[in-house]
Amino acid sequence: MTMAHQHAAAAKTQRPSLTKTQNWPGRLVVYGAVALIGLALAFAPFLFPDVRSQEVAARICVFIVLVASYDLLIGYTGIVSFAHTMFFGLGAYGTAMALKTMGPGFEAILLGGGAGVVAALLLALLIGLLSLRVKAIFFAMVTLSAASVMMVLASQLSDFTGGEDGITYSIPKLFSPATELLTDADGKALRVFGVALNGKLALYYFVFLSALALFLTMTRIVASPLGSVLKAIRENEMRAEAIGYRVVFYRTTIFCIAAIMAASAGILRAVWLKYTGPEVVLSFDIMIDILLMVVIGGMGTMLGAVIGVALMTLAQYYLKDLMALGAEATANLPVVPDLLNPERWLLWLGLGFILLVYFFPSGIAGTLMGKGGSK
Amino acid sequence: MTLNTASLPARIRADIDRFGGVLWLPVLLAVIALLLIGQPSTWATLTIAGLAMGMMIFLMASGLSLIFGLMDVLNFGHSAFVTAGAFIGATVLAWLGFWVTGGNPALNLAGLLLAIAAATIFGALAGWFFERVVIRPVYQDHLRQILITVGALIVAEELVLLIWGGAPIPVPRPAVLTGSIVFAGVSVEIYRIFAFLLGILVYVAMHLVLNRTRLGLLIRAGVENREMVEALGFRVDRLFILVFMAGSALAAMGGAMWAGYQGLITAALGSEMMILVFIVVIIGGLGSIQGSLLGAILVGLMANYVAFLVPKMALASNMLLMMAILLWRPYGLLPAVKR
Amino acid sequence: MAPILRLDDVHTNIAQYQILHGVSLDVPEGGVHVILGRNGAGKTTTLRTIMGLWKAREGSIQFRGQDITRLSTPDIARLGIAFVPENMGIFGGLTVEENMRLATHDGSFDAARLARIHAIFPAIAQFWQKPAHALSGGQKQMLAVSRAIIEKRDLILIDEPTKGLAPAIIRNMIAAFREIAAETTILLVEQNFHFAKALGQTVAVIDDGRIVHRGTMAELAGDADLQSRFLSLSLEAH
Repeated sequence: MTMAHQHAAAAKTQRPSLTKTQNWPGRLVVYGAVALIGLALAFAPFLFPDVRSQEVAARICVFIVLVASYDLLIGYTGIVSFAHTMFFGLGAYGTAMALKTMGPGFEAILLGGGAGVVAALLLALLIGLLSLRVKAIFFAMVTLSAASVMMVLASQLSDFTGGEDGITYSIPKLFSPATELLTDADGKALRVFGVALNGKLALYYFVFLSALALFLTMTRIVASPLGSVLKAIRENEMRAEAIGYRVVFYRTTIFCIAAIMAASAGILRAVWLKYTGPEVVLSFDIMIDILLMVVIGGMGTMLGAVIGVALMTLAQYYLKDLMALGAEATANLPVVPDLLNPERWLLWLGLGFILLVYFFPSGIAGTLMGKGGSK
Repeated sequence: MTLNTASLPARIRADIDRFGGVLWLPVLLAVIALLLIGQPSTWATLTIAGLAMGMMIFLMASGLSLIFGLMDVLNFGHSAFVTAGAFIGATVLAWLGFWVTGGNPALNLAGLLLAIAAATIFGALAGWFFERVVIRPVYQDHLRQILITVGALIVAEELVLLIWGGAPIPVPRPAVLTGSIVFAGVSVEIYRIFAFLLGILVYVAMHLVLNRTRLGLLIRAGVENREMVEALGFRVDRLFILVFMAGSALAAMGGAMWAGYQGLITAALGSEMMILVFIVVIIGGLGSIQGSLLGAILVGLMANYVAFLVPKMALASNMLLMMAILLWRPYGLLPAVKR
Repeated sequence: MAPILRLDDVHTNIAQYQILHGVSLDVPEGGVHVILGRNGAGKTTTLRTIMGLWKAREGSIQFRGQDITRLSTPDIARLGIAFVPENMGIFGGLTVEENMRLATHDGSFDAARLARIHAIFPAIAQFWQKPAHALSGGQKQMLAVSRAIIEKRDLILIDEPTKGLAPAIIRNMIAAFREIAAETTILLVEQNFHFAKALGQTVAVIDDGRIVHRGTMAELAGDADLQSRFLSLSLEAH
């Protein structure tokens, strides 16, 4: 059987489920929401000039890449990996260590980030070939173990990684707030709509445009023949094997691609934060965040990643404030203030997550568009 | 005989299997460690510590392995039972106060057994609830299963934080089990002996149930081929809830034992142990009690030897051990499920 | 006489693929009855649907007049239906004895029945205490069949028992099945026409998820035209 035949066969099995369930109003809502989020991010420095909002916007950009790359695995291929933060961390630590030792320059970002990406690729290849042959659940355990070891290594090899404290470093001068991109008549940074055209703005757009490019690359991958093969494998592994797909090969390929994407997101995170430590790139909490974001947004949709990240990040930053208010207001009641303690926000998130998986397993985007998600 | 036609590696493998095969791996590990460590007394102390730790991990891992073997359910929430067991054990020990810390060895032991029993019973009940409410609706769907159990793990950990708070909690250790005895120049913590013996006891009990009873026969058959057991007229789902309760109870028991061993516990205890538990289950082979025991002892020994030799590599060494074993035997050392 | 098993317009899906498109079939009580068909025609799916391992999406299945379409597999088995799947469903990690013991309702053997089984299949007695994974393919098939008859069942569903077996063993099987059919009804799924011809009383030919021919085996065996019409599609390999 030729490759062309295989793709045709894969496409054939896909078509019925798509045409039957297309849902135009829902799709419109999803596209609208994504467009809105995209526009908000594109003009974030002008729309929300305060420091905290900039933080939130940059975090959303990076996480969209991270979560979308995770969707390549969980949504499009049905692989559950817990090692995504490991790859994220490799990109970030590679960049951080290079910036620290070589000084703030683009060549450090390129070299260190590149080394991180290559390391992520090699590790993904190793794990993939070693354990993608066996059951999905087995793979989940192997990746979880690998990620934990990476976390322990990062905190213990403190000579290289700064241990628990992490690494602080400077980034290229172009991105410094003191750098003026354009000057006005007085020699100060030119202001557009009240926003100074300085290095901070350049840094934001560096992050935004890189994230956009990476995200678009992934949507291309999903629409490519590789994407349809992966979906065929997800739908019915045995059948795909029978048609002649080398399942392990394709799975390992997508696992490597996802690892590269995650590591690239790590580079962006490292450059934006000027700090890299286990808490911000490796911790299991981040892995949980990624998982929640992709499921809430909608697995196997790509656009779901955008919605999930935006929603969760906003909730993380702003819902906690609301909970604190609620706890204060109910301070005299028993138990309730404890339940509303912002520290307990994960409790509610966890409960909501369980209900979501029960009742709307295809997430927000998946439910609205009537597609995506596996079963 | 087929031996004369078999290739040399196959013959060597057959010879190794005849004399116990992979069961000798812990011995091999111990011998290598002795050569590297050099001092027999240090080595003996580490070996005993490793065995005790291995037995506690075995308690936590065996249930997970059986649950997975029987129903293909991987419960990421398993560590919540470990954590809950630890905190309930610690709370009961604290309640009993003088029973535990006083000078009467019988009361000491009774107190400890009560604490372990409380944790175990809680584990069984929580396991029943968990299976009914959380897992039953998503049988057969691995992806949602993993997601749901991760969600349940988050909720359970938050509940522990809600009830016991985030600060570390000290665990009173029964007076009779404090301190060490010196035997042939080797100092051995009494609690470790206790942990080891309890682990052996549980293993023997599980072995007897699995190999000498009809229930055990059904469980072993179900691990191999659930569908066929159903086609023979047995309700595997009823069997499964029993196994799930037993597995959760053992996890809680392991948690309570571990709490007493550590002396100071936090809500992260379960998640920290879970990595080792997963490694044990993977090394041992899914669905096999012998495999879990073998894996747990290997991991316990490795953790203690390496913690002495190269402290920073303790966890990583077990990861490397897992990788090496997966390369050699992709389904683990003693998998119960024949593929 | 009322049929022991009746399938009425049964539709079954596996995931999103529809495999059975309305199978209707009556199995008379007593004797051996055969479903013939090529690979992928829906033979195995039919048996698994009867057994409740896959659920019928539409249509009904009746056993002795009782609707069993929605019953669970264990409940169906307890009505007196035994199943020998295509892969034989042997528990390799258990001994031959344990495999047999599992198939009894309370763990004890009827000595007379066991002696008869040992007489039909001497290998079962010979390897009684050996782990079942050590058996040969033919011996495993014998164990699977023995397991199905260790207690009296009303209906035995057997999926391609001759698959991969040597001709000598197949002859042995024919004799064994004749003996078993004296006390029970056997519904056999086969691709091997010669085996089916030697045993079957009635035959149904299935193709593409539908029954395309029903009749007696004698009629099919004696009618060259019927054979070329239905067996060319199912049996060209034999």
